[in-house]
Formats: sequence, C-alpha cells, structure tokens
Amino acid sequence: MDSKRRKFLKIAGLGAIAGVTAPMAFNSLLKGEAFASGGHGHEAAEHGSAHKDAVPQGKQYGLVVDVKKFGNQPGLGRKCIHACHSLHNVPDFGNKKDEIKWIWIEKYENAFTEHSHYKRNEELHKMPIMTLCNHCANPPCVRACPTQATFKNKDGIVMMDYHRCIGCRFCMAACPYGARSFNWRSPRGANELGKPFIKRINPDYPTRMRGVVEKCTLCNERLAHGKLPACVEASNGAMVFGDLNDPGSAINKVLSENFTIQRKPSAGTNPSIFYIL
Amino acid sequence: MYDMKKILPGLIIFAGLMTFPIWYNGGDAGTLPKPEKPSNAKECVRPTEYMRTSHMQLLNEFRDTVVRESERGAIKEAGGVTYDDKSLMLGCMKCHVSKKKFCDECHTYAAVKPYCWDCHIQPKETN
Repeated sequence: MDSKRRKFLKIAGLGAIAGVTAPMAFNSLLKGEAFASGGHGHEAAEHGSAHKDAVPQGKQYGLVVDVKKFGNQPGLGRKCIHACHSLHNVPDFGNKKDEIKWIWIEKYENAFTEHSHYKRNEELHKMPIMTLCNHCANPPCVRACPTQATFKNKDGIVMMDYHRCIGCRFCMAACPYGARSFNWRSPRGANELGKPFIKRINPDYPTRMRGVVEKCTLCNERLAHGKLPACVEASNGAMVFGDLNDPGSAINKVLSENFTIQRKPSAGTNPSIFYIL
Repeated sequence: MYDMKKILPGLIIFAGLMTFPIWYNGGDAGTLPKPEKPSNAKECVRPTEYMRTSHMQLLNEFRDTVVRESERGAIKEAGGVTYDDKSLMLGCMKCHVSKKKFCDECHTYAAVKPYCWDCHIQPKETN
C-alpha cells in the first residue's frame, strides 16, 4: 500500500513539472530565443516598433478650410451644411440635446480652445469656423470602439459601420472634437406636430436607426465615384480636398503656401482638417 | 403503472394538441410564396439557386467589402450584364423594384424579419 502511494506521488509530481515546463520551453524554442527573460524583451521590442511607425503610408484624405472666405461670404457655411445634411439624411430633432451634426459652424474660441484668445481681433471671433470630423491620422475614437464599428479605412477616412455600432458612445467620449452624434430617437420619426425629422429623404442614401452614433464619413460614397465631398463642392473654393500623403496634391500646395492651424494639436490625434485664418 | 387511466388520455390529448398544425392543414404547406421577378433582367448577379438559399450571405459580403474595404466595384458575373453597385438600394432594388412583392413575399412566409430597412430606404411601392 505504502509503496503504491509513494509511486503515485512521484509520477504525479513529475507529471506536474513536465506539464508546466514543457510548454514554456516549447514556446521559447518556437520563438527561437533563449529561455526566461527572452519572452518579455521580445514583446517590448514589438511594441516599440509599432509606436515608431509614424512614416505615413497609403492615402490620408484631408481638407483645408479657408475661414476668411467663409467669413466674407455669409450663408456659405449654411449652404455647405445643407449640402451635406440633405444628402446624408441627417435628421433635425429640433433641440440642442438631441442634435445630429456631421458638419457645423463653431465660434473661434470654441473651435480652437488651445490657442490664445487674448487680444485676438474682433473679426476672428465673428468668423464662422466650419467644423467636422477631423479624420485623424491617429484617431482616439477608433481605439475606444469595442466592436470596430468605427475604423480607419484605406483612404485614411475614419469610417462608420452602422451595422456594427452597438451605441455604447465610447467613441463620443474619446473624440476631442465633439464630431460624433448619437441617435437618441429614431431619425425616421416625426415630432409631436407631425413634422418628420428628415425633411426630404434622399432615396439614394440610407438613414440611421435609433441607438447608433453617426458622423461625417468624408463622403466616401461620392469619392468612390470620383466626386468631391459634398461640402467641398458647395463651398465655392473655400475648402480644398486632397490626399495629404501625396506630395503633388493640390491640398499640399495650399498647405505649403499658407499658414494653417489644426484643432487641438496637442491631443496627438494628427487631425487632417487644416484651417487658414 | 399507477394512474394509467389518467396518464394515457393525457398523453393522447397532448400528442393531438402538439400535432394540431399538421393535421389541421392536412399536411399542406399552405400557399407558397411567389416573389415577383424583375421584368428588365433575366439573370441575377448569381445563379437563381444560390440566390434563393444564400442571398443573405451575399448581401453581408457586399456590405463588408463596400463599408470596410471600400470596394464598391461593379459585379459582372451575370450573363454579360454589368451591375453597377454592390448596393441594396442602388443595386438590387433597381431591378427588384418592389419590396412588398419580392422581399416580403418569402420573408413573411418564413417569418423572418431582416433589419435591412431599419436604415436602408425601400423603393416607393407603385400601387
């Protein structure tokens, strides 16, 4: 009896040791490294290279907004907003709390909170600043999204996949620009007076449903057919669209000839919307 | 067995109730759905058999390639006819002009409720 128990304990002990060490040894052999410390070092190296990868690759579409041109042509901003919102079936819920906006007008001090407002000229404070999704090169909303409903597409556009959105609104909390809106109510509905939230539905573009987050998608559906984004088309030359990673593009020419600023550059998001003041 | 007199009639009633739909309809599956075929095209983007069983997978594939990979390209696989868009609203529904007469016909019969039309806009029904 005793000898049997002794034997059993020996085998169990050996088995336990083999079970723990064998996969460890096997793993490190697979990675082609020496034991123990190798694993951690490897991971750290991988992380480092991922962060260093700042060389722009592929396309990164962006916009330059000439604020002065918008200031000189009153109504132009509203025209751009209308062009976008009517095309994309953006609902108007009639109150600020539920507001859905893809592109909107902001005051200078609200759009450029990081810049000094002390003794800035009065003109600037009156200027309408066209604001929209910045299609950041390093978008915080994309990292926050638990379902990858928002993601960076191959053109550098921060896209929305409404099929996947679960309405958690993490992206709204993550976006430093307030460029995302949540559908608290059904956009297909109507207010208590029977006025539909979408005045005239564009039959060529879907609406959204209650419970998803929406935002500007830089008119990727128009770009696919070789057209400019709707706001750019309506802006009468006050907005310039192009690929920021293409050295020969029109937008890079404008950027090289003008002094431009971005919104909240210190957030580290690398916004793709530039402003000429 | 105890209570045979209660259990047996109970079982018979139970079996009768459970199979009620079968014998009530006399083994008939009811009127089969007849989705309206488009008049302007003979072939769909895939063979009819495939479309009948797997159109939902194809639609999901279209959705993923368009939204996530930005591949909107034309689909050319049907009898030399080029279909422009991998799109429900701008593709499928240009031929299948009526949701009521095409989609709903089978979906109602099979009691499935796809959520396409929560966001996508169905074509205007003509009558």
